[in-house]
Amino acid sequence: MAANPSIRDRVIAIIAEQAVLEREQVSLEMSLAELGIDSLGLVESIFAFEEEFDISVPFNANEPTESDFDISSVAAIIGAVEKLVAEKEAA
Amino acid sequence: MRRVAITGAGTINALGHDVPSTLAAMREGRCGIGPLVFRDVDRLSVRIGGQVRGWDAESYFNRQEISLYDRFTQFTMLATKQAVEQSGLDFRGKMGFDCGVILGTAGGGVMTSDENYRSVYEEGKNRVHPFVVPKLMNNAAASHVSMEWSLRGPSFTVATACASSNHAMGLAFQMVRSGAARAIITGGSEAMLCFGGIKAWEGLRVMSKDACRPFSANRNGMVQGEGAGVFVFEDWDHARARGAEILAEVAGFSMTSDAADIVMPSQAGAQRAIAGALADARLAPEDVGYVNAHGTGTAANDKTECAAVAHAFGHHADRLMISSTKSMHGHVIGGTGAVELLACIMALRDGVIAPTIGYEEPDPECALDVVPNVARERKVTAAISNAFAFGGLNAVLALRAA
Repeated sequence: MAANPSIRDRVIAIIAEQAVLEREQVSLEMSLAELGIDSLGLVESIFAFEEEFDISVPFNANEPTESDFDISSVAAIIGAVEKLVAEKEAA
Repeated sequence: MRRVAITGAGTINALGHDVPSTLAAMREGRCGIGPLVFRDVDRLSVRIGGQVRGWDAESYFNRQEISLYDRFTQFTMLATKQAVEQSGLDFRGKMGFDCGVILGTAGGGVMTSDENYRSVYEEGKNRVHPFVVPKLMNNAAASHVSMEWSLRGPSFTVATACASSNHAMGLAFQMVRSGAARAIITGGSEAMLCFGGIKAWEGLRVMSKDACRPFSANRNGMVQGEGAGVFVFEDWDHARARGAEILAEVAGFSMTSDAADIVMPSQAGAQRAIAGALADARLAPEDVGYVNAHGTGTAANDKTECAAVAHAFGHHADRLMISSTKSMHGHVIGGTGAVELLACIMALRDGVIAPTIGYEEPDPECALDVVPNVARERKVTAAISNAFAFGGLNAVLALRAA
């Protein structure tokens, strides 16, 4: 699937707000730790993705790596959100 | 300083409607967690819990009482009745002036709030029942206990999330030990298994959708329960003088604050509370045979708690038994320490150590004897009970065999 710039921008906007950074300071290869987003910030970001895109993100803080929702980098998160949005639209 | 005896115990929780049935379930390693049954449960992603089954309020309370008692108060009243009857105390008359009620709850009348928000917001009603406020207030249970049993001394409610009932029992202990009260009815209660109660927890993403597996490497979160645990803490000499049966001695208590994070636990704070309770009880680490863990089944709590226990007990940590009964009755939130104190009393009185059920895979970060899946017979002379709340508020009680 081709990168959807609008989803990407909206995800980056949410991450930037959570990290208290300008959007330009958030780059695709950065991890949440590098952005200074802790576990509570992550849960809040996921809530914001769900609200923004009307999706349901499968994520359990007890086993973050077990989930299909890849949070290893900003790019991975964008990909995961795009996938959920596509699934919603296909449904 | 006076010694403090436990002379009565009562409970209702997912494992049973009284102490004997609850202890039998703990002994058998029975699980009280199952599918949640209440309105709109299909709109939740978490649908399991340790719900009290077969509860019929009408068989215990009259209509006027039911109109004033939220479910958390109903549970408290039943557990108190059992505890007071076992103690044999009568608080009417002079005795009641020297006795009080200190109970813990995190949410108070959550179901009352839930039902009435639904009626005004969803159903658009413009009128609610006149008793909504006296039903939902956190001190409703403590106040009704004081009224029913004529307890006219110090009475109040403590709310420290998941440590509420340990804080309540710790304060009750300090009051009886200092001579400020001759006996205190103490423990805690919680009843938030309703749509709004679970929906709020769901948002934190720390709940398991399938089981509570404390200390197991494949644990994936906490499971909520409901119920109450209530005890009579009584001046030891007073109890002895009247020939009362003493279930156990409350020997020490300590509370600390992490002053760190609103949800993540801290090893240092937990460790200081454990060490503090031992010191307060004048117990050496080697004296303790059993630790009732906070053991929520979350990734964060269990490894932090094991590290805290390992450091507080030193070499002895490898010889003591630690279990989490939340695997069976779920996390009773503000009432959990009270329900779990029963496991400590069972260890001290009956020499039976309640297991941690649902244990499937060892976790190197929880490398203690967690009494996996099957109860154990072992003589124990001292035990501690941990509670570590959201907000970093820790409360640990130390008990000695009577």
